[in-house]
Amino acid sequence: MVSKSAIAEVESPSQPQFSKHQKIWTIPFILAILSVVILGIISLFTGVYDIRGQEDGWNMFFITRVPRTVALMLTGAAMAMTGLIMQLMSQNKMVEPTTIGTTEWAGLGLLAVYLLFPGPTLVLRMTGAILFSFAGTMIFFFFLRRVKLRSSLIVPIIGLMLGAVISAFSTFTALFFNMSQVVESWFVGSFAAVQIGRYEYLWIIVIVTILIFMYANRLTLAGLGEDIATTLGVNYNRLILLANALVAVAVGVVAAVIGNIPFLGLIVPNIVSMLRGDDLRSNLPWVCVMGMGTITLCDILSRVIIMPFEVPVSLILGTIGAVVFILILLRQRKSRRLR
Amino acid sequence: MSALDSQLHTNGDFHARLRTRATRAFRSRKEEKRYWLLLSALLGLGLLASLGLLLYNNPVPVDSPSFIPVVERRLVAIIAMLIAALCHSFATVAFHSVTNNRIITPSLLGYEALYSAIHTSTLFFFGAGALVRFTGIGSFVLQVALMIVMSLILYGWLLSGKYGNLHLMLLIGIIIGAGLNSVSGFMRRLLAPSEFDLLQSRLIGSVTNANAEYFPIAIPLVIITVLCLFFFSKKLNVLSLGKDVATSFGVKYQASIIFTLVLIAVLMSVSTSLLGPLTFFGFLVAILSYQAAPTYDHRYVFPMAFAVGFSILTSAYFLLYHVLQAQTVVSVVIELFGGILFLIVILRKRSL
Repeated sequence: MVSKSAIAEVESPSQPQFSKHQKIWTIPFILAILSVVILGIISLFTGVYDIRGQEDGWNMFFITRVPRTVALMLTGAAMAMTGLIMQLMSQNKMVEPTTIGTTEWAGLGLLAVYLLFPGPTLVLRMTGAILFSFAGTMIFFFFLRRVKLRSSLIVPIIGLMLGAVISAFSTFTALFFNMSQVVESWFVGSFAAVQIGRYEYLWIIVIVTILIFMYANRLTLAGLGEDIATTLGVNYNRLILLANALVAVAVGVVAAVIGNIPFLGLIVPNIVSMLRGDDLRSNLPWVCVMGMGTITLCDILSRVIIMPFEVPVSLILGTIGAVVFILILLRQRKSRRLR
Repeated sequence: MSALDSQLHTNGDFHARLRTRATRAFRSRKEEKRYWLLLSALLGLGLLASLGLLLYNNPVPVDSPSFIPVVERRLVAIIAMLIAALCHSFATVAFHSVTNNRIITPSLLGYEALYSAIHTSTLFFFGAGALVRFTGIGSFVLQVALMIVMSLILYGWLLSGKYGNLHLMLLIGIIIGAGLNSVSGFMRRLLAPSEFDLLQSRLIGSVTNANAEYFPIAIPLVIITVLCLFFFSKKLNVLSLGKDVATSFGVKYQASIIFTLVLIAVLMSVSTSLLGPLTFFGFLVAILSYQAAPTYDHRYVFPMAFAVGFSILTSAYFLLYHVLQAQTVVSVVIELFGGILFLIVILRKRSL
């Protein structure tokens, strides 16, 4: 896998020179940021409630619209970055929280908290989701390191099956305790309920983001595999643990506050790496910005598509994400054909 | 092959013995004996449990005129279990051999997603009345046809041609399933709780979903497909050795794979539209039957898988209905065991 990607870097003619990579503030990047800002402004002024016409319009603006837009930005950045980190750690482009069952583990964690503490607070739910998704991700990575793989496509297949097992377990527990609709409504992530006082924990994601940026170089080394990383002076196991902890925190917080956000971590990093090649350090800001933009766009769509009602954003992401995922797979199939 | 055989014959007794040894499916007579013992024990257990299901706890006495109708009603459930066991065992074992991988189940290929999408959208667009009425032969045939067409499109698109890739096809099937699930998940969210409950009972696999009306179509279809698979055993034996080996043995790899997958699609869609989704049942059955039948010959693995499946289904239903009084959760319990077994198996695997 390592050698394959290395070969791809040399062969691919679209790969920009390394020196260009170092510069982050290029014109395309500034344009991307500008378009995300514009999307954010559109998101601020999209909704049923007439902000400028009503007397308490501006109050409403600060109670729901601003938190919603902030939540969108934070969630988008978090999910896209976790996807990138997971792909790097597993050296597999098809890995992300939905394809290896991390989200299902988070859902199971939420359910466990609901069962143990009647009427749990948000902190409790979040803790449960974080702990369970950490355990789940670690189990999967443990499994990946132990087995020899014949095809890189087998990883998401096993991961999705694992996710199905976990969600079968959740379904069983939920049926047993009569809580099916809790599970069901969790699996449909939506930003509709975001308002002041209900989203602030998402700011934890900022800390996660800073940590990821700080560790970006070492994570890139870890992405070369255990042997090379160790030779280059990186404590591989500790780094894997740290990366998984960061992923689990981001996924758990998002799971508790928003719900299930499928495929974002898969499509954004893949599109960025198609456009720019694989350099974590300079791709990270791109992945953040593209993640924010994608989810904001989807959320605006979800608000206007059946106005005055709302479609949960995870439906739109699930559908679009599935289509994009299939397109990415087919593209890979074509490039494999050429070789 | 026959030329080789006759040559071996002329080479005397030693080679003749070698030949007979080479054609046997089991490593030793002991294993063969154990196989037949286990097979008959499992079939016996299945029969016993189904007799129990038919007769135990019958509210009316044997000599009453309503005894026969009660038994008949219960017989429908038994037949449904037979069909489920046949479909899932044959489909999963064949799928494992064809994909050369013993931890994937064919039920991941989106049949269930399509099933739940069909039912959810019926409820969503046409209301609860339509869902209750959506039960005739027509709807059954429609569902089966839709699922088979979907898998044919998938296979034809991704498996044919020089660069067909099985893993890619699997992954795309799963992703299509996920996309369909997100569509139906959204529709379910807009349902009233009462409608949601109605749908929930449909979407969880259960033999009580089975409708005797479908049997005249389902039974012949399943029997023909199962026989096709059974008589395809020799090819499957070779296919399970992998693409390269199978090709050098002179098997038309692409064509045989697509043929097998179509048969699997028929089995899975009949079972899914008759009983609802059962994700890990086939997996559970196949893994257990590999343990029980220490051979690679599908002519022996298939019957064992069927026996395992039938005895699991009937005894689980018998225990949970009459001993533990928990009627609704049978399939969920089977799923749970299948899922746990899946976890154990993948954690013990060394290579995939």
